[in-house]
Order: sequence, then C-alpha cells, then structure tokens
Amino acid sequence: MLEAHGMLHIDESTTAGAIVRLQGGGESEGVALEVLIPGPSASAKPLTLTAPISFWGGVDPKTSVIADVRHPQHGIAIAGTILTLPGTIGSSSASAVLLELIHRGIAPAAIILHEPDAILLLGVLVAREMGWGGPGAFRVGRKRNEELD
Amino acid sequence: MALELGDEERSLLTGQSGDGAAMAMRLVCESARLLNAPSLVKVASAHIDGALYHGDSGTLFAERLVELGAKVSIRSTLNVGALDLTGCSTNRLPPHERDMAKRLMKAYIAIGCEPSWTCSPYQAGHRPALGSDVAWGESNAVVFCNSVLGARTNRYGDYLDIACAITGFAPKTGLHLPENRLATFVFDVSGLPDADFAEESFWPILGSLYGKRAGTAVGVVKGVPRHPGEDALKAFGAASASTGGVGLFHIAGVTPEAPDVGTILGGKAPLEVMQISAADFVDQKRRMATVQGVTSIDAVAIGSPHLSLEECQRLERLIGGRKVSVPFYACTGRHVLKDLEINGLRKSLETSGVTVVIDTCVVVTPIMKELETGVLMTNSGKFAQYAPGNTGYGVVFGSMADCVESAVSGRPVYA
Repeated sequence: MLEAHGMLHIDESTTAGAIVRLQGGGESEGVALEVLIPGPSASAKPLTLTAPISFWGGVDPKTSVIADVRHPQHGIAIAGTILTLPGTIGSSSASAVLLELIHRGIAPAAIILHEPDAILLLGVLVAREMGWGGPGAFRVGRKRNEELD
Repeated sequence: MALELGDEERSLLTGQSGDGAAMAMRLVCESARLLNAPSLVKVASAHIDGALYHGDSGTLFAERLVELGAKVSIRSTLNVGALDLTGCSTNRLPPHERDMAKRLMKAYIAIGCEPSWTCSPYQAGHRPALGSDVAWGESNAVVFCNSVLGARTNRYGDYLDIACAITGFAPKTGLHLPENRLATFVFDVSGLPDADFAEESFWPILGSLYGKRAGTAVGVVKGVPRHPGEDALKAFGAASASTGGVGLFHIAGVTPEAPDVGTILGGKAPLEVMQISAADFVDQKRRMATVQGVTSIDAVAIGSPHLSLEECQRLERLIGGRKVSVPFYACTGRHVLKDLEINGLRKSLETSGVTVVIDTCVVVTPIMKELETGVLMTNSGKFAQYAPGNTGYGVVFGSMADCVESAVSGRPVYA
C-alpha cells in the first residue's frame, strides 16, 4: 500500500517492462514501479483505494466520482490522481469507463496496480490507438519497497 | 516474455487483412503482453459487450473500426445496447446520447455482429461446445459459458472482445489453459437445509456469497443435492461475477467439468475448505438490501440476466391477471419476445402493468423514473449489486413471487 500525503511524481516512461521510481511523498519515495503501459510524466496527489472496485457501476464516467455506495472511498473523484488499486472486480466494462474518462480528460494521471489487469487497461490501449493519450499504467509490489524483478 | 506469433497472426498484424484487422491484432497482442501470455489461441466464437453506450468514446472507437474496414471472422453475438430497438420500452436518454448509442449499435452490426442484444446469449442459441476456446464478454455470460457449458473463455472486457472477434485470436492464458480450470478451494454447502436449494432466491444469494469468498479464484461447490436448472445456475453465476471477479465455478455433480469434488481438484488438496452455515446464508440475505426498514417500494425490476421464456411464463402465472401498483420492469431479449407475442404473454403482462424491456435493461440505461430516494425491489443478485450506483435507487431483495406481491400491494411483502 502506498502511504503518502503530499504530491507524488512519476517520470515520463517510454518502454514497457522498464522500472521507474516514485518520487516525493515521504515513505513512498523510491518505490519501484514496472511500466505496464508507458505514459507521460505525472505529478499529482495520490489516491489509494482500500477495497477492490468495479469501474462499471462503481465509477461515474461523467464525473470520475466513485459511485458505489458500498465502497470505502465513495464520493471521491479519481480524476487527476495517482491512483493505486488493490484490485478490480465485477463487470467487464471497466475498460469502457476508463476510456470514457480519458476521452473526457478526467482520467487519473497515472494508474498503479498490484497485478496487470488487462480488462481495465484495455481502456488505455484503445485510447492510445485513438490518439487520445491517457495515463501510464504501472505495477507495484504488494509490500512497500518490495523490489520488482 | 516475448509473444510467439504464427504466420497467420503476423500477417494480420502487418495489415494483410486490412487496417481494421491490424488495429484489432495490435490490441490482442498488447493484451497478451500485459497478461504475460506466451502465444495466442484460435477462438471459435465471440460474445461482444462493447455495444453498450457508456459515452461517446466507445462509439468513436467502433466507427473507427468500421472506417478501417474491420469485419468479424467468427460467430459474434451482441450483448445489450442502451436502446430498446423493438419499441417495447422507452428511455430518458437525451437526444445526443440516444443518437450516439444508436450509432454505436449500428457500427457493431456493420462489423458483422449478430443483433442478438442479450446478456443471456446462451439461452438464445449461442452455445459453444464443451472444451472449445471462445472469446466472450459480459461477466455473467462469461461465467455461464465457462461453468455451465464448459467452453473456455477469459473475461474479455469491452474492446478486447471485438478485437478477438475480428482477428479470431485471443491471448493464450488464464481459463484457456486446462490447468487453470481446476478448483483450488471447496465451498461446502452441505450444511444448508435441503429444501432451500429448491427456492429460486436461494441461488442469487448463494452466488453473491460465493463471489465475495472466491474473488477471482476457481472453486467447487460441494453438497448441492440435485441439478437446480439453468435459470438457477444463471442467477448464481451472475451474482458471483458481480460481487467478485468470478469467471468460472464448478458445482460437483452438476457442471460438466466437475463429476465429483476430487476430479475437479485435480487430485490435489484444496487450499481452503469454506463451510457455509445457515447463519452465513442469512447474513448474506440481509446484505442483499442496501436500505432497511422500508415501508413502500417505488419500482420492481427483474431480468438480469435477461429472463428466459420459462421465467416470463412464471411471472405471468404469479401475477395471475392482477394489476401492479408500481412500475414493474421485466427485462429479456428479442429471442424471447417472439414467443411472448405468439402466445399472448406480452399482452397479458402489459395489461397487468408490466413493462417488457427488450435489447437492454434498466440498470444500463435510464428507463426508470429519476428519484432521489427511490426503492427498487429485485430478485437479481446482479441488479442488487449495480442498481444503487447506476440508478440511484436503494435496493430490497426478494424472490420473483415476493417481487410480484410487493408490486401489487406497493410495499415489500415477503412469503
């Protein structure tokens, strides 16, 4: 779990599989991230979800606000954050919601996952094909400061 | 890991079959890389979830595929859209959204998909063979396809499903591999009363509990006394795929890959045996609702997944010619509509005040009245999970019979 209160920074990445390091944020300084999908540099406040989320039905594609009333971060907007997800559940339309967030310019600035989630990240891949940009996606170890292979 | 590609796959990637197929192949290959798949697998059919309008982005993507000349290369059925093209129901989508939703549905037909518009394709004649590899989207269809039909698919999300349908290939990983289809835990329900298994509402409740416990793991349910019927398995699977990331479950003695518990565990000891008690079940039943102590309901919605003809017939019998006093939505597909019209069921249901919803459903498009503190009653575990976030309604849960009695009286009634 990433614990940080200030702004975090991730450099621009160009190569999938490369390792980049989180900057800023005290305890998260230097945490290794594997690039899943390269993306632009991101300087943003962190948002770490404490429960898995279904993007479809769980995140409002018009506002980026977490709409699932059962979710602990209900009511918080994910736009412009460095978003860490403990896992995703539910519908296979997560990618559609993420693509819509990117197209509307209200996507997270970067997405950090514990495991590559091909359903969700398809939204980023399609955004790249469409020329719409979108956040980079990264994998982090389960334990803080865990080094990745 | 480098992705190993054959001649056919490489020629798709280099545009020998057109720019649309090349774009689809790039998406399949990039997904394979993210999934760490060593190669691709040929797939025999697809079920496409991408034609539901979530915003303009999906329409623009589908139209790009059409412009680039993409066509599906395998049988591809379509999941629900945002519009009821039959006109049985109307929705409140504003003009721009309605237009984009219609363009989206048309684009997928132009790519060569069948206009089936249902989340129960497996009850509309699309039933891939046991052991075949397919690429299906829509979480309930995926779990049914894997578990009840025994065909092999991962949970293909929006856009990967159509990419697989166009190329005829999918990343060879996950549930395409026999070793990943074995159960790793046992969900033991033999402690639950035998009579419970015959109750319709037992299955979506059990499915919701199973989904929470399973996460994305494959398990085997032990202690189900008899085959509960396809509609029960449909409800169980849909609920489990809503509360968890379930793509495949087994029920010993019921589903085709699990003749018994030992076989589907692959001769290994389970990582965990979960004993499900009557108290666990009662607790889950309570958790199906998001609002407590309500004295009136504002609407009833059933049919997630889409109702079978048998379920529609049961609905008509339960109503028995009475009138409902709150809006009542019964969602089903056009494969059922034909029969509803031939035998007068549609007329009978509509005379009782039921709105038959075709091609879509009330949780994916704004059909229900917009209420700030509305209460929806449902017998669907999937509606119970998604209605609060998608419609703003609070949810109470009951059997189909409870839903009918409550709709007639306007307040929650439980048998």
